[in-house]
Amino acid sequence: MPQKIYITGLGIVSALGPSLEHTVEALRLGRTGIRKIKHLKTRYRGILPAGEIDFTNEELAEMLHLPSIKRYSRTALLGMLAAKQAWQHDEKLPLRTGFVSATSVGGIDRSELAYKHFMVNNDIRGCLHKMMSHDCGDSTERIADFLNIRGFVSTISTACSSSSNAMILGGRMIQNGMVDKILVGGTDALTVYTLNGFHTLKILDEEWCMPFDKNRRGLNLGEGAAYLTLESEESMKISGSQPLCELRGFGNTNDAFHQTASSPDGAGAYHAMQLALKRGNLDISDIDYINAHGTATPNNDLSEGTAIKNLFKDYIPQFSSTKSFTGHTLAAAGAIEAVISVLLMRNKMLAPNLNFHDRMDELNIEPVKIFNQDVELKTVLSNSFGFGGNCSSLVFTETA
Amino acid sequence: MSTMEETIEKLKVQIIEQLNLEDVTPDEIDADAPLFDSDLGLDSIDALEIIVMLEREYGLKIQSKEEGQKIFYSLKTMAEFVTEKIA
Amino acid sequence: MNNQVYINALACISPQDTLNAEQFLQSSEFVSGSPMRSIEPTYKEHIDRRYLRRMGRMVRMGVAAATKALADADIKNPDAILVGTGMGCLEDTEKFLRAIYESDENIASPNQFIQSTHNNVAAQIALMLGCYNYNFTYVHRGFSFESAMLDAILHVQEAGENKTDILVGACDELTDMYLEVTSKLNIWKSKVPRHSLKYNMGIKSEQGEGAAFFAVSNQRSQNTIASLDALRMVYKPQSSARLTDEIDHFLARQSLTLDDIDLVLLGYDGGGQKGDVYDEVVNSVFDGKNQAVYKHLCGEYKTAGAFATWLSCEMIRQQHVPEFVKWNAFEIDTIRRVLIFNNYNSANFVLSLLSHV
Repeated sequence: MPQKIYITGLGIVSALGPSLEHTVEALRLGRTGIRKIKHLKTRYRGILPAGEIDFTNEELAEMLHLPSIKRYSRTALLGMLAAKQAWQHDEKLPLRTGFVSATSVGGIDRSELAYKHFMVNNDIRGCLHKMMSHDCGDSTERIADFLNIRGFVSTISTACSSSSNAMILGGRMIQNGMVDKILVGGTDALTVYTLNGFHTLKILDEEWCMPFDKNRRGLNLGEGAAYLTLESEESMKISGSQPLCELRGFGNTNDAFHQTASSPDGAGAYHAMQLALKRGNLDISDIDYINAHGTATPNNDLSEGTAIKNLFKDYIPQFSSTKSFTGHTLAAAGAIEAVISVLLMRNKMLAPNLNFHDRMDELNIEPVKIFNQDVELKTVLSNSFGFGGNCSSLVFTETA
Repeated sequence: MSTMEETIEKLKVQIIEQLNLEDVTPDEIDADAPLFDSDLGLDSIDALEIIVMLEREYGLKIQSKEEGQKIFYSLKTMAEFVTEKIA
Repeated sequence: MNNQVYINALACISPQDTLNAEQFLQSSEFVSGSPMRSIEPTYKEHIDRRYLRRMGRMVRMGVAAATKALADADIKNPDAILVGTGMGCLEDTEKFLRAIYESDENIASPNQFIQSTHNNVAAQIALMLGCYNYNFTYVHRGFSFESAMLDAILHVQEAGENKTDILVGACDELTDMYLEVTSKLNIWKSKVPRHSLKYNMGIKSEQGEGAAFFAVSNQRSQNTIASLDALRMVYKPQSSARLTDEIDHFLARQSLTLDDIDLVLLGYDGGGQKGDVYDEVVNSVFDGKNQAVYKHLCGEYKTAGAFATWLSCEMIRQQHVPEFVKWNAFEIDTIRRVLIFNNYNSANFVLSLLSHV
């Protein structure tokens, strides 16, 4: 039997707010964080909806007690805010620690401004510092230094499944005895770059997104960060941490179908879920709830729905996409939805899939429509899929 | 005012360039044959690329994928669309 | 490590003629330039044109090197595809940014956006092979390649008795914009070389690029080149004593001493390292050891460690150390173990031990 992986810390910031409490409250009230873009400097401001966090970089820096924001990308600031909540550590303890973060945009929120400056003035001087944070490793090192984590430090970027994969790597490192305690998760800021990217692909909904609905038109982008502390049993004895739940299984596969689109039968998604169950030594009937990837694009929801139906057959668990609350937070999505999954389990709640009205013609499936309290969730599965066919599934179980 | 043939030839060159069809010459593209599902190996990303090209070169906007599918059936249907819109 | 990690095939595209590995190592010449750009093969010979047309330069380098390593190892469906890239697809990122600003966020090419995704290389390889297996991309500065390699080690551990074949590699590309930025940032301060060398190297290393891929397995093949015995990444050690401790522990865990190391491959980039932690440790720990350097061959970039790994493997395979990599004067008969001690930006330090099998 491989070593068990326990989750002992959680942190989150999204359009639902800057803490676990804000997140639970919004889920309970069915209050979405998606509204017309207000802060990002884009021609789509006030036009396209997104799950934007209602704090400026200056406000975020103040919340973090940073002397200056000059060197920090928004991606790093959001990451620091979430990571700080999740990581409690006494450096004197004899534990091997580590940090695996995920991001897809890195510091593009700053380098895109530098690039604009360069194009206008044909000179990069004056905004060089904005280029220094461009690469994905920057936000990770900022967060590691902020929390003083000095062990293994790395960054993963596999598009929209990135932070699920950070959790998978962290879990495997614990199981293989490479670390005792590791912080894992991801962060992505809303940027002009990604907004235009998804816009050119014509998969943005100009209204509030409708995951799994027959008339869904596309996704709303979001931004945010979430981190989880993973520990081995031995580590918990030394640190005195209490387990919130277990990361029981995980699976990563590639759909190998198309650069951006998912296969019609959701083969990659099917195999990822199947692997996660197998690794967790679980049966399909053990799953009480699925936090779906559910981006609300016509392609994803049909493909994912088909994969769920093919795997679970007549025993389709309750499922919902909480992207109708947070928007699609790209590399942060896997960790944000992992934290939400753990919060739902701990609070015995089922979060609704907001804005769902009609079932898809192709599949006779319906997500959770209203908020449910006092629901026993022993085992929860969370899906995250990304460009390049990357598919990841995670399974969380109650601790005995 | 260019003829339909001229528009077709121009579109061929523009498509080869936009889609970076390195080894394809304009002569190899049959104006009447289906553009997609051909041995050019084009897919949905290429359809989006052609939409971008038509907008940039001709100022033409295609709103939906369904509309695009009809227009992009062949080089000829595309040329007809361009000719009609910019006439 | 319980299981052995074997490197069974490899391929490298770099500013040197590394696709012809024998010729390159045996020659007395190397290419120098400013900046260091890769010698690129005719990609049509390696990559199907249906895929090729959309790929930017970095993706082409990466996919071509990966394809060659897989072919040489005769692997059609690896159990994992693991790629490291420090900067990702810069060329397409810049093109897409340019299009956004030139059109005032009106018209930009979706393909450039798709191609600029960091996991593009790993994804393209999976798509070309029809490979449904584990697929990860690491993007952490001077740890990007080594994180991918660490994941390969994990896979080997997890495989137990079952055979596992893994593709692992890294790629990065140089663009004019990146050069503009780095030159203005003046990170690459020139330094006076400590050693007098036959070759005029080490004065200032240039920006570089390249791709190197490896077929890694828990089982030997008749073409096995080397084994990777240990790998350690050290993030921002606060002192040279800390870094020295790491090296001691690294060797002790392998039950080795410095006497067991035949060659140390160093990551001097010619930048501002004199007197810093890295330089101090090299001088104190590796004094008197056979030392070699490599960044004058590939330039400095975040995944240069993949080039170092390729070079170490080739030196082991060919049992030959080219004169142009020697940092001090030495003659060597047998190369059993090579220790790579790499440094990126005085923040990411790597220890990697390769041995002859």
